[in-house]
Amino acid sequence: MSGISYKSGREPHPKEHRVVFRNVDREGWDTSLATYLGEGGYEQWKKALQLPRQEIIDAVKQSGLRGRGGAGFPCGVKWGFIPPTNTKPVYLICNADESEPGTFKDRYILHQDPHQLLEGMAISCFAVGANLAYIYIREEFPEAAVIVEKAIAEAHEKGLLGKNILGSGFDLDIFVHRGAGAYICGEETGLIESLEGKRPYPRIKPPYFPAAMGLYLCPTIVNNVETLCHVKHILEIGAEAWAKTGTPNNTGTRILCVSGDVQKPGYFEVEVGKVTLGEVINEMCGGLKPGRSLKAVIPGGSSAKVLRAGDVYSVGRGDDARELTLWDIPMDFDTLAACGSMAGSGGVIVIDDSRPISWVLNNINGFYAHESCGQCTPCREGTLWMKKITDRLVAGQASPSDIDTLYGVAKNIDGRTICAFGEACAWPTESFIEKFRDELTSDTRPELEGAIVNSETLTAAAGL
Amino acid sequence: MSLAVPTALEKEIDDRITHYPVSKRSAVLPVLHLLQHQFGHITEEAIEWTAAKLELEPIKVLEVVTFYPGFRQEAPGKYHIRVCRTLSCAMAGSYELMDSLCEKTGIDRSGVTHHHPIAVSPDGKYSIEFAECLASCGFGPVCMVNDDFHEKVSDADSLLSQYSK
Ligand SMILES: Cc1cc2nc3c(=O)[nH]c(=O)nc-3n(C[C@H](O)[C@H](O)[C@H](O)COP(=O)(O)O)c2cc1C
Ligand code: SF4
Ligand code: FES
Repeated sequence: MSGISYKSGREPHPKEHRVVFRNVDREGWDTSLATYLGEGGYEQWKKALQLPRQEIIDAVKQSGLRGRGGAGFPCGVKWGFIPPTNTKPVYLICNADESEPGTFKDRYILHQDPHQLLEGMAISCFAVGANLAYIYIREEFPEAAVIVEKAIAEAHEKGLLGKNILGSGFDLDIFVHRGAGAYICGEETGLIESLEGKRPYPRIKPPYFPAAMGLYLCPTIVNNVETLCHVKHILEIGAEAWAKTGTPNNTGTRILCVSGDVQKPGYFEVEVGKVTLGEVINEMCGGLKPGRSLKAVIPGGSSAKVLRAGDVYSVGRGDDARELTLWDIPMDFDTLAACGSMAGSGGVIVIDDSRPISWVLNNINGFYAHESCGQCTPCREGTLWMKKITDRLVAGQASPSDIDTLYGVAKNIDGRTICAFGEACAWPTESFIEKFRDELTSDTRPELEGAIVNSETLTAAAGL
Repeated sequence: MSLAVPTALEKEIDDRITHYPVSKRSAVLPVLHLLQHQFGHITEEAIEWTAAKLELEPIKVLEVVTFYPGFRQEAPGKYHIRVCRTLSCAMAGSYELMDSLCEKTGIDRSGVTHHHPIAVSPDGKYSIEFAECLASCGFGPVCMVNDDFHEKVSDADSLLSQYSK
């Protein structure tokens, strides 16, 4: 990153490796096309237009790029799911719904480097054969929508988008579509329904895998903002060189967003698996607050299962078998999965000993109860039940058996729903009870077993 | 009664509709956003107008309006405040911020429910609601006032003083 300086107080941490966030908080950087072109912008787009499509898809496959939106699915493999016999139009959608609690990365790309996203999208559209693409931006990013639309207009003006781009014969239109405040629009089939002008009810898979049957029932590739940006860099430095960053099967860099009980929360682009959770908390975020000790970490957005401080995790097999404390966990997809959680969206929420677990879980349950789309009974009813039970817990109105009821409700959602929101809402409750049953039980009152709780006291106590 | 949509706005709406060459219905959200921006909230007339514009039955528009928290069927105040209530912001004090904003603006949230999330100050100047994660969790408490975004809002007075006119 020679020759680049960053705004004072916003310099990247020495352990960062900035690729997608190279221009975020950069001194003298702005969102204009001129600035972007001045740094070799759209050169990869020009190059891509001369390449056979399959070559780009193969490069993305070879790079090992895994989706940065939540599931960590290999991007090139997903692109390969478009049926080879397809004769329908293909669409590409950039998922800029960024709504997973704890996640705040895509907003900086939209606000500070929109052309990088457009270039990544254009290359991706060309590779999968899409002539029409949408960027689905959450409603709460009004400024981002304006910035991205301005960037699109500039790119059009320069002939980088539109008809017969740079004489290649390839046409591409990209439009911004704004959401309206619903988390479920981040789920890719809910997003597609929303883009079709409907309630964002997720579709059942199979048959509605977007790559086969997505927008307007045509093959549709949905990728996260960060994922699409990486495509540009894979082309620029080559798949092999790109895959040298990160660790095997967990290649490249990714942005971690840290919030909660640390001294200096923030965003950090790191090589996947090259920093540990301990380094993130103690070095990058300045450690815990004075006099506090660590209680728990939610490592990949609020849907990820919680990790408890003090636990030991057995990961790896055979010669590679190791025991890790929470501090030693390398931040990659596979290790976090082996620890029983997930890398998810990169949102790391740090919880210290000042936070009652019942309060934390209740807050999370409030989110899911508000955001369930309501299509599946276990999710629609279960999310509310989970919230009501933890409301009682916070209000000191729960009985010990409520913990089992709560656990049972979560288990009855998990795996029984149309979309992965079911797991997303059940995992916090399941994991908090599995790891913190004693503390949760200590907030209950045995004398309330079988009692009828006055709902007014409850509502007041829960601050509603 | 029909909706009085200014010519310039209707032109903007017609232009937006062209972004959806495959299906006009896809333009429901953008049309509603533009109408809400103009009129403050979505009225029955706005629903009928949108339906006519996009050649849909009004119920198709109504079901969208009632689903998304981003569309309001009740008039907000001149300044509509959304305070993030999700975990990281709650840890940073967003519930305390909500209390203090309500106290300073005279807003009574006791009648707030899931379906009526907005409370308005007696003078109609401010309205407030809780929002779910606004995607700036490292810099809470986070809130929005109309389209403006605010991070690390620790003090209700200094926020409100920017919206005092
Ligand atoms: C409930 C739910 C919410 C989601 N929210 C988002 C989101 O806000 N942003 C995002 O990129 N992906 C989100 N996803 C994941 C998307 O469904 C999809 O997998 C992703 O956009 C694919 O992009 P990627 O492969 O590049 O990660 C969500 C998934 C679920 C189940
Ligand atoms: S799991 Fe929940 S969010 Fe997903 S479709 Fe079913 S009700 Fe909707
Ligand atoms: S929790 Fe408030 S912005 Fe994410």
